[in-house]
Amino acid sequence: MTEQEFTAADLRRVLRQAAGDVTDLDGDILDVDFGDLGYDSLALMETASTVQRERGVRLDESALTEAVTPRTLLELINRQITAASGA
Amino acid sequence: MTAFVTGIGVMAPNGLGTAEYWTATLGGRSGIRPVTRFDASGYPARLAGEVPGFVAEERLPSRLLPQTDHMTRLALVAADLALEDAAVDPAGIRDYDMGVSTAASSGGFEFGQRQLQNLWSKGSTHVSGYQSFAWFYAVNAGQISIRNGMRGPSSVMVSDEAGGLDAIAQARRRIRGGTPLMLAGGVDGSICPWGWAAQLAGGRLARSDQPDRAYLPFDPRACGHVPGEGGAILVVEDGPTAVRRGARVYGEIAGYAATFDPPPGSARPSALRRAIELALTDAGLVPADIGVVFADAAAVPELDRVEAAAISAVFGPLGVPVTAPKTMTGRLYCGAGALDVAAALLAIRDGAIPPTVNVTPMDGYELDLVTGQARQAPIRAALVLARGHGGFNSAVVVRDEKGNLDD
Repeated sequence: MTEQEFTAADLRRVLRQAAGDVTDLDGDILDVDFGDLGYDSLALMETASTVQRERGVRLDESALTEAVTPRTLLELINRQITAASGA
Repeated sequence: MTAFVTGIGVMAPNGLGTAEYWTATLGGRSGIRPVTRFDASGYPARLAGEVPGFVAEERLPSRLLPQTDHMTRLALVAADLALEDAAVDPAGIRDYDMGVSTAASSGGFEFGQRQLQNLWSKGSTHVSGYQSFAWFYAVNAGQISIRNGMRGPSSVMVSDEAGGLDAIAQARRRIRGGTPLMLAGGVDGSICPWGWAAQLAGGRLARSDQPDRAYLPFDPRACGHVPGEGGAILVVEDGPTAVRRGARVYGEIAGYAATFDPPPGSARPSALRRAIELALTDAGLVPADIGVVFADAAAVPELDRVEAAAISAVFGPLGVPVTAPKTMTGRLYCGAGALDVAAALLAIRDGAIPPTVNVTPMDGYELDLVTGQARQAPIRAALVLARGHGGFNSAVVVRDEKGNLDD
């Protein structure tokens, strides 16, 4: 059931690749707003699009706007991965 | 209101940064070489002017790299250099008091090509969202304004090679409208297969493999141009603001005019001469006040003939020193006018006219072309010309900061 979880390390890697590095990315960022980290909505769309390609899951845009921190985005991604593998 | 240039940022094929560019340019050192940005060996044109030693990762934040074309990166760094040169910290200025005026001939073609390749080889989900603006003509003005927090009037001029001058004139217009500080100019370039195909279709690229034989404006051997990448961004400030903060002033954007040529086949003459005359009038100067003309220098025989005739008609045969330092950089499209304005201001500062390299001018043109090496001469004012494909003519007059040629 637990298909490969999408981890915080995965998210850091994809953020770097899709939208570029920011200071503090390696720090304790799970509950920091993406905006405060330095990522805007387009950066998150790029990130989501990379995750979709890598994992074959769909992340729809309205759900994405509610993922304002790395933790909520990870939860969203992993919910979709679980749903896709359970289907 | 007077528009003073107080900072210069240069990205040129013969020098990264103003000092390096100007030393190379006065020394007659060219940056034209075989293309390295892609494999051009199978194309009919294989030479270009590429900015040497530019490593974006060392000069820009990582966040900007996935979303920028090469020429936008050059433009962002040119803007940084200009602000540094002017000793302006944008963080200390009200955001609506600063604007950005740039010009572009093509936009971020290398970035766009990559995305198109992704689209047809891998599918639409592989196209970057950044494509929405990274290829676009206005992208440099946008990225420069965002990076520096400049929320005043910003715009892009699209008039081919004339654009660099038009953008500087637009900055002067905005300063007269009450914006105290503008970043203005152009940094251009599309040395990639897509850009190359478009330029080849224009029919004006030189096909020589010899860097010293390929781009020869005003020469009987003229056979088209070598394209290049780069240009210049200038800090332009209104007079009182510059004086109040004790800025070092390179000179004044004193005059400008733009005209449009009649359609092909028309019996009417080119409107270039009128652009020159209107720009002089706008500056309140007469031809004898101009110490040097920076020519557009198309290196297409018919265009060279028209430009030489317009210069001779206004200044008299052999009546003014003329030069084309772009023979050392290639034609930079919208970067060219801005880089030539920078060169004109430096020529005024140093009393030195950079040479036109490799060229032996055609006798019939009656141009006093500065060839071989730099010429020392006191210069109070300079005229810069730029012409865009399709009929654009622009002329800018710059003069020293005294702004008064009678003293």
